[in-house]
Amino acid sequence: MTAGLRFLPSVTVLVLAGPVFAGLAGTLVPALSEGGAAFRDLAAWPGLGAAVRLSLVTGIVATALSLLIATALTAGWWGTRAFRMVERLLSPLLSVPHAAAAFGLAFLIAPSGWIARVLSPWATGWERPPDLLIVQDPAGWSLIAGLVAKETPFLLLMTLAALPQAAPGQSLKVAESLGYGRVAGWLKVVFPRVYAQIRLPVYVVLAYSMSVVDVALILGPSTPPTLSVQITRWMSDPDLSLRLQAAAAALLQLGLVVLALGAWRLAEIGVARAGRAWVWSGQRCLAERSVRSAALVAGIALAAIVVVGLLGLAVWSVAGFWSFPAAWPDALTGRTWSRHADDIHAALADTVVIACLATGLALSLVIGCLEAEHRHGLRLRRGGVVILSLPLLVPQTVFLPGLASLLIWFGWSPGICAVVLAHLVFVLPYVFLSLGDPWRAWDTRFATAAAALGAGPVRVLFFVRLPMLIRPVLTAAAVGIAVSVGQYLPTLLVGGGRVATLTTEAVALGAGGDRRAIGAWGLVQTAAALLPFAVALVVPAILARRRRGLQGG
Amino acid sequence: MRILLAALLGLTTAAHAQDPADWDAVLQEAEGQTVYWHAWGGSTTTNAFIAWIAERAAETHGVTLEHVKLADTADAISRVLSERAAGHHTGGAVDLIWINGANFAAMKEQDLLFGPFAEDLPNWALVDVDGKTVTTDFTVPTDGYESPWAMAQVVFIHDTADLPEALPDMDALLAWAEAHPGRFTFPQPPDFLGSTFLKQALLDLTEDPGPLYAPIDETGYAAVTAPLWDFMDRLTPVLWRQGRAYPQTGPRQLQLIADGEIDLAISFSPGEASAAIANFELPETVRTFVLERGTIGNASFVAIPYNATAKEGAMVIANLLLSPEAQAQAQDPAVLGYGTVLDMAKLRPADRARFEALELGIATLSPEELGPALPEPHPSWMTRIEGDWIQRYGVSD
Repeated sequence: MTAGLRFLPSVTVLVLAGPVFAGLAGTLVPALSEGGAAFRDLAAWPGLGAAVRLSLVTGIVATALSLLIATALTAGWWGTRAFRMVERLLSPLLSVPHAAAAFGLAFLIAPSGWIARVLSPWATGWERPPDLLIVQDPAGWSLIAGLVAKETPFLLLMTLAALPQAAPGQSLKVAESLGYGRVAGWLKVVFPRVYAQIRLPVYVVLAYSMSVVDVALILGPSTPPTLSVQITRWMSDPDLSLRLQAAAAALLQLGLVVLALGAWRLAEIGVARAGRAWVWSGQRCLAERSVRSAALVAGIALAAIVVVGLLGLAVWSVAGFWSFPAAWPDALTGRTWSRHADDIHAALADTVVIACLATGLALSLVIGCLEAEHRHGLRLRRGGVVILSLPLLVPQTVFLPGLASLLIWFGWSPGICAVVLAHLVFVLPYVFLSLGDPWRAWDTRFATAAAALGAGPVRVLFFVRLPMLIRPVLTAAAVGIAVSVGQYLPTLLVGGGRVATLTTEAVALGAGGDRRAIGAWGLVQTAAALLPFAVALVVPAILARRRRGLQGG
Repeated sequence: MRILLAALLGLTTAAHAQDPADWDAVLQEAEGQTVYWHAWGGSTTTNAFIAWIAERAAETHGVTLEHVKLADTADAISRVLSERAAGHHTGGAVDLIWINGANFAAMKEQDLLFGPFAEDLPNWALVDVDGKTVTTDFTVPTDGYESPWAMAQVVFIHDTADLPEALPDMDALLAWAEAHPGRFTFPQPPDFLGSTFLKQALLDLTEDPGPLYAPIDETGYAAVTAPLWDFMDRLTPVLWRQGRAYPQTGPRQLQLIADGEIDLAISFSPGEASAAIANFELPETVRTFVLERGTIGNASFVAIPYNATAKEGAMVIANLLLSPEAQAQAQDPAVLGYGTVLDMAKLRPADRARFEALELGIATLSPEELGPALPEPHPSWMTRIEGDWIQRYGVSD
């Protein structure tokens, strides 16, 4: 075991980077075949300019807004009771699958949506929904809203994780005693340290927002759609030549992401320079009160979008006929649920098996790596961190189709095993990000004490360290399961269509647009991602009941 | 050497797929097989029907049927294409595809299909070969490479609360849309139904549909399609959302009627409106109509890829779909409301009674009211018109 441990970091790197590079090769070869004809065809597509602009703008604006709101919330409210409430809401918000949140939002804000229904006709005078382009607007605002609602909680969580090392308490006190307001003080002394730590998650959000498929399908425009949506369309066209074009577009997508990341880095430098000038200016106050209230309003609005959206899904899943402008369905019925019960059972079983296997593998690899680090000092260097986030930075549409073609080429039969490995690529980084810090923060004197009592390293791991770290381990597992449950493209492409999970079924039904079915599937999908978080909260509390030292740890 | 041997063995297995003419042998081979049927999964009612077929297949033939729910039929074809590109000529992932039109023409042309098998199926004897277009698909002869299972015909669904009268032709539709801007739309091409709307419009607007039934002749193309683009230029600005956004699928379009956003929609299933009313998906005020010059009709087929793993099982399913029991189930408006492909005169009285017992449904037209279906144009037209529509209107912003 100890000998094998040394190789685990290499195995982990292989598991992460292997599929990404293999998939990239699988995309590169068709794109460059036939002397680059695919790129000429791509350039001739009349929607190219608009699709590229849309991907860039929605991705960058969504990331900037999410970062702004997350930062303003922490700066304005850290340490208050309101902030603790926000913290408690975070995990549930994070675990809501993107597609479910997007469906919920679409039904809320459409001209015939829930908000308009509640206000009509008494307040709006609308007997019929107005012909307004809100969902799928050409500028992509509803897509941006959907992304911000999901990415702000993520960045907030990352900020919270970074805070202990940034030690804001003392610096803030000093700043306040020098007469700086709460927000100004935070931005001047704490934010630079926090940002250095959440830079990578911000890049992940940027890459993800630029290339997301399912959310863009639901909320994004369609004349033309974003580049990544168009890539999946070409990829699934019976005309083979379009798949070469799709591969070329995928490379363009990758180029766009690299470009945007570069531009973001430049902007960081610019903001840092301006920020330094601002710090030196000694200006002590911002419009403190308006910043704080704007941040809180934005935070509450984002949480409400997700929660009320889910509520909308729940109502649709039991709705009889329900037309505009009724605020509530004409009748409630259990028919949708009984109709889909069998399918949901089957898909739920597959989803759980895949999520548990992928998360179990990821946990073993991550704990193995962290143990190797602990025992042999094999600490992940900068390159390792980049490789860790590689699957999150390279857009899925860029390497997954190539990977799927390669798997077929090597005669791998599609099935649960292949899907589990594909999920592992995405689950592992999140598990690592989530478990790494608490694992390293563990007081190693416990290990020394246990060793003095005669326990070997294996015993220390299983009987001292893991039980003490049960809460972060379970949280990491919950994160892993939520990530696995939400995977659409890897399941579809690598599973060859044969592996039906809650998400693939929900998106297939979503393509049809049956809102009742979407409601039922979206809820089950959310529950599947949410339940592990509840377990991660409850189990350690029960275990710690008679072990005072573990409580609240 | 081993690879060569494996390839040879693979080829022999492929060649050994049971001859459908020897049906008993097919049944024997099929028992215990698992058939992966790749079919569009966006419709709750269709999914429920396929689940019902799966139950029957397991009960009567010991065949396990798995419905692979696709967001797009082309996904299945991509799969077969990549398998062939990788040299996997046996053991493919797809056993059966719900297919027709351009996809069938493409697969047949590229020799991606197993067959001929359809006309050897025992239930083929019951099929209405003369009365229904079941041996050609978009003018392409099926040659036994696909087996029909349902008849479809274009109807327009209208909410009589807002649009009480049927519209006789495309000119009337345009006039109504101009008088009621924002109350009509169609699924965005290349969605199948959206492209069908374009073809239906062209067929109704053109003086001479003759050229549409042959492959596109480049010299005449502009003149033949000119009335369509004039029509679309006038229609697009008065569409829902001024044509700047479209529903992505047929069911999404029905949801818009239920939401009160539009009053008129196209459908490829005469019974869909009645089924949707029963499922609370459309208001009870909805009815259907066809154009006076007739509307496009075609058959839905199933086909078996050349490298399918369970060819025998797939043929058993194709045959089961043609059984009077399954056909009556599909025609029941409470289930699917699809038209049957069978000839009532060829059925035993007991089977005929199953169909006679069916209620049409409140919004479904009788066969007389539906009138004869217009045949589908040659598939080259669909591909080309779709492409041109996307150039003209699909990337407008």
